[in-house]
Amino acid sequence: MSGDPIYTEMIIEYSRNPSNFGKIADAHIHQHDANPLCGDTIDLYLNIEDNKISEIKFDGHGCAICMACSSVLTEMIKGKSLDDVKKFDKDELLSELGLQHLVKTSPVRIKCALLSLKSLKFGIYSYFVDKMKDSESAGNLNEEAANLY
Amino acid sequence: MQSTADAFEDLRKDFPVLNRRVRDNKKLVYFDNAATTQKPNQVIDAISDYYQNYNSNIHRAVHALAEESTEAFENTRDIVAKFLNIEDSREIIFVRGTTEGINLVAYAWGRDNVKEGDIIVTTEYEHHSNIVPWQLLTQEKKAQLKYIDIDDNGELMLDQLDDYLSTGKVKLVTFSHMSNVLGTISPVEKIVSKCKSAGVKVLIDAAQSVPHMKVNLNEIGCDFFVFSGHKMLGPTGVGVLWAKKEILEKMSPFLGGGDMIREVHKYETTWNDLPYKFEAGTPNIADVIGFAKAIEYLEKIGMDNIRNHELELTKYALEEMKKIPGLTLYGTKEPEKRGGVISFNFNDVHPHDVGTIIDKDGVAIRSGHHCAQVLMEKLNVAATNRASFYIYNTKEEIDVLIAALQNVAKVFKL
Repeated sequence: MSGDPIYTEMIIEYSRNPSNFGKIADAHIHQHDANPLCGDTIDLYLNIEDNKISEIKFDGHGCAICMACSSVLTEMIKGKSLDDVKKFDKDELLSELGLQHLVKTSPVRIKCALLSLKSLKFGIYSYFVDKMKDSESAGNLNEEAANLY
Repeated sequence: MQSTADAFEDLRKDFPVLNRRVRDNKKLVYFDNAATTQKPNQVIDAISDYYQNYNSNIHRAVHALAEESTEAFENTRDIVAKFLNIEDSREIIFVRGTTEGINLVAYAWGRDNVKEGDIIVTTEYEHHSNIVPWQLLTQEKKAQLKYIDIDDNGELMLDQLDDYLSTGKVKLVTFSHMSNVLGTISPVEKIVSKCKSAGVKVLIDAAQSVPHMKVNLNEIGCDFFVFSGHKMLGPTGVGVLWAKKEILEKMSPFLGGGDMIREVHKYETTWNDLPYKFEAGTPNIADVIGFAKAIEYLEKIGMDNIRNHELELTKYALEEMKKIPGLTLYGTKEPEKRGGVISFNFNDVHPHDVGTIIDKDGVAIRSGHHCAQVLMEKLNVAATNRASFYIYNTKEEIDVLIAALQNVAKVFKL
């Protein structure tokens, strides 16, 4: 195999032994998402304390790329403030695993890589919306969330 | 005199895409034929010829080009009818593909004939296109959708059909002639005869069967029969719905518009004759004309020869794949009961990863749920790998697949 590598040692290792894999009972945020192309599913569970992510776990079926990216994502954002999570960019995640090339080389596989990040953003935004009483700002946030991907 | 294997090898030259290299200059091994097949020059040239020499709308104008295009278009209808052994080509309706054909029946026939409490029966190994239209219909009509389950061998449990039929509420039984995931060939004769005894209509989704075996619609005795051109060497965007004339005549139209009318007044319209009543708007003229060449190509080889060729490939592939440790094969173990479709999983490696790794060796298979999530649930997997064969595939290509799978084992340290 040549070209930009996908199946590095790190990705294989994470897919075999994912980090933060499992469920959180009664989590503050539970976001489910699926990739309609392949039927992969992910469930993301977060607890929030003092506007920070105090606990995070993910569960689901996915390919090695999806599992590795979900693992790394949960490691990277644990303990971060919600504002930081809002700003968290896909490039930060992809570069951690050396997968930035997927954006250009594989429009199909990039969806595997970003499924958990997409769920995270939707989960966080839904959480904000729920917390908001004023429906206009909630509407704006919904729109911002819809334009993320 | 050429041997049969040589004859099949020889036809590869008609398919320009088979000469190309992919990824790191690897020979293309195309095993995604259940999704769509490659096209021979004969089909590609017929489409170019239409656009270069006689492009024109059909059925209405009286000029020379329109006469030529109408003749070529209608000639395809006759070729399809002959291919399926149907006497009256007015029973052939051109649609975009199998999905549109099934939706047409669900909409135009279903809305007039299915009432609250009625039952539509389908099976666990259907493509989404033979599930979702019936969900929409039964939800709208407060009718019920029931499934014939599959057994551990991937075959339909027909006892359940008897139970459903005995309720007297079944209006339609709809099933795929051949599963697009397991390759299982459905026991068509048994199902049709049970339904006929009960006076129940039958729809056959033949998207995976017509391209690969001889089908005689005169003998099958079903009421609706649907398939796609692009899975049998033809262009995308052409499919066929066949139904008995008596049924089509009673059916309400599907799409309203040009060509499907006899007379339009401000508040009322009368319908055109068959088949035009169901072909509103300018059809896919070029691709219908191309489709005729695809059928001619297949008939020249002979559908029985095609079936035998694929059976040989399937037997060989199953034998070789059984030797790979950790490889799970789905569907019946008897090659005669299946078409050239092999679904498998490799240890716990996700099919997307298998697909990506063997793609580096030029091998194109399908990874995913194959638009059959109901079946995936039954098999208790999120996805499978699927290799599917056609006339231009060879045993040597299967060897390439096997070697590529061994590479997957290396990458994942299995």
